[in-house]
Amino acid sequence: MATIPVVAQRAPRELTLSRFVALSVGGLVAFFGVWWLLAASGLVPAQFLPTPLAVAEQFVTLTRSPFVGYTLQQHLASSFGRFALGFGLAAAIGVPLGLAMGWFRVLDAIVTPLFDALRFVAPIAWVPFAALWFGTGIGGPVLVIFSGAFPPCVINAYRGAKYVEPRLIEAAQTLGASHARMIVEVLLPASVPSIVAGLRIGAGLGWQSLVGAELIVASSGIGYLLVKGQSNISTAIVMSGMIAIGIVGFAIDVLLRMLERRINRRRGR
Amino acid sequence: MTGGQARGSARASIATLSQTGRGRRAAREASEGLWIGVATFGVLFVAWYALTTLTHTISPGRFPAPAEVWDALVQINVTGYADARLWQHVLHSVKLVLLGFFAAILVGVPLGLAMGASRAFEAFVNPPFLLLRPIPPLAWIPLAIVWLGLGDAAKVLIIWFAAFVPAVINSYSGVRTIEPHLIEAARMLGVPRRLFVREVLIPGAMPMIFTGLRLSLQACWTTLVAGELIGAIAGLGHVLYQASLDIFPAMIVVGMASVAVTAAVMTVALGFLERRAMPWRQSR
Repeated sequence: MATIPVVAQRAPRELTLSRFVALSVGGLVAFFGVWWLLAASGLVPAQFLPTPLAVAEQFVTLTRSPFVGYTLQQHLASSFGRFALGFGLAAAIGVPLGLAMGWFRVLDAIVTPLFDALRFVAPIAWVPFAALWFGTGIGGPVLVIFSGAFPPCVINAYRGAKYVEPRLIEAAQTLGASHARMIVEVLLPASVPSIVAGLRIGAGLGWQSLVGAELIVASSGIGYLLVKGQSNISTAIVMSGMIAIGIVGFAIDVLLRMLERRINRRRGR
Repeated sequence: MTGGQARGSARASIATLSQTGRGRRAAREASEGLWIGVATFGVLFVAWYALTTLTHTISPGRFPAPAEVWDALVQINVTGYADARLWQHVLHSVKLVLLGFFAAILVGVPLGLAMGASRAFEAFVNPPFLLLRPIPPLAWIPLAIVWLGLGDAAKVLIIWFAAFVPAVINSYSGVRTIEPHLIEAARMLGVPRRLFVREVLIPGAMPMIFTGLRLSLQACWTTLVAGELIGAIAGLGHVLYQASLDIFPAMIVVGMASVAVTAAVMTVALGFLERRAMPWRQSR
């Protein structure tokens, strides 16, 4: 660090690959080192914090022998199916709605108060009605996931459309663009970074809502595995479940992050 | 009066005219928006009344009628429900959310700004952050219960986690969306680091940070309700839990509405802060 001029530290500068790898590995080593030290030294009882290795062993065991009826992969598959349906619906409805709200003032005036009223109802608060209306199979959790993923999709598309440079809008209006062309060719491209950020957050919240829904009402899925692990007072099973949730969530995030990078690169960022 | 003066005053009066015209149009649009909003709620309420009380298209077991919701609201305010009155539940929930929310901002925003400003710091912090980040706050509930028990400490920990992740991500991408010209100009002018952070980094990242805070607040409520649904002695989530045990749809609606109203009040407060913090940014 000492050889780098002070000024260069202020702005994001690309690192060399070797430095990037060294720093990343250093971060991981520090994280697992502290965890291992806390667990292995007996500072924290093993019942509360098993060592990383013990958790890894438990994880492998869960993928081979079924726990509460299914193996880890089967739990994940049933969770992911619910997630894909709920998130897909939220994105397909939310993004166009947000863009249209950013352009048509009447739609904005109709939807915004309703949306503001509904979006503060925490997705988990839909659990009682979800169970009452759709049951605990696939419909109930999908409603909860949808209500988690929907607001970020709408808000970010809306804010993206609202904060488009007025010059662009005026130019398009001067050239006689129709409403549809304005939304598709001016607002949509200009707010893509905001929309993708919204999709990423929506996917995260949707996945979170899924876990919450499964903690409370489900008889399969990864959230159910967590609850059963907790009632067996097995920290290792709970942590294995959390890791599995993390891996799937991470995979979803990486896909959307790749999309974001590609879009930003094409836009010259 | 010379010709020049006449032209000048004419120009001035045209300017005033167009200004008041614009002001009037904006005011008209605002009041139109208000009326459309009120009308929407009016139409929905009439539809609700017609579908439940008048025609019984929706059975009371699935969704309550307006009168039932009113009775439930009176009950929780006068005699109390789930061991406390409504304001006591609200106060309990708000206290927990604010604690977790502000603790998360204090840690998350500086971390996100630092990650955005320094590639080296990002490379070091990102791997563990990426490992922990995809684990939803709700998935920490079982672990938090094992670690901290069923009390308020476990809920504050989970709320903290819920607000922390959006705060970091948005501060980070806020820095990355600052125009490179600004950063290069500041660098070229040799702006000292503290000034750079105060004058370029924070104002540039501010819009994204506030988007992040809005989403954080939302995540906090989700998490709080889930935490209280799973185990609590008071709070709005506890009301929902008790109502779903009793199969009491009217009280579920009251609980959901209370969550929404409380959160809306907090978001209005945040929006006020946002406008005060970014006076240069005008929305259309």
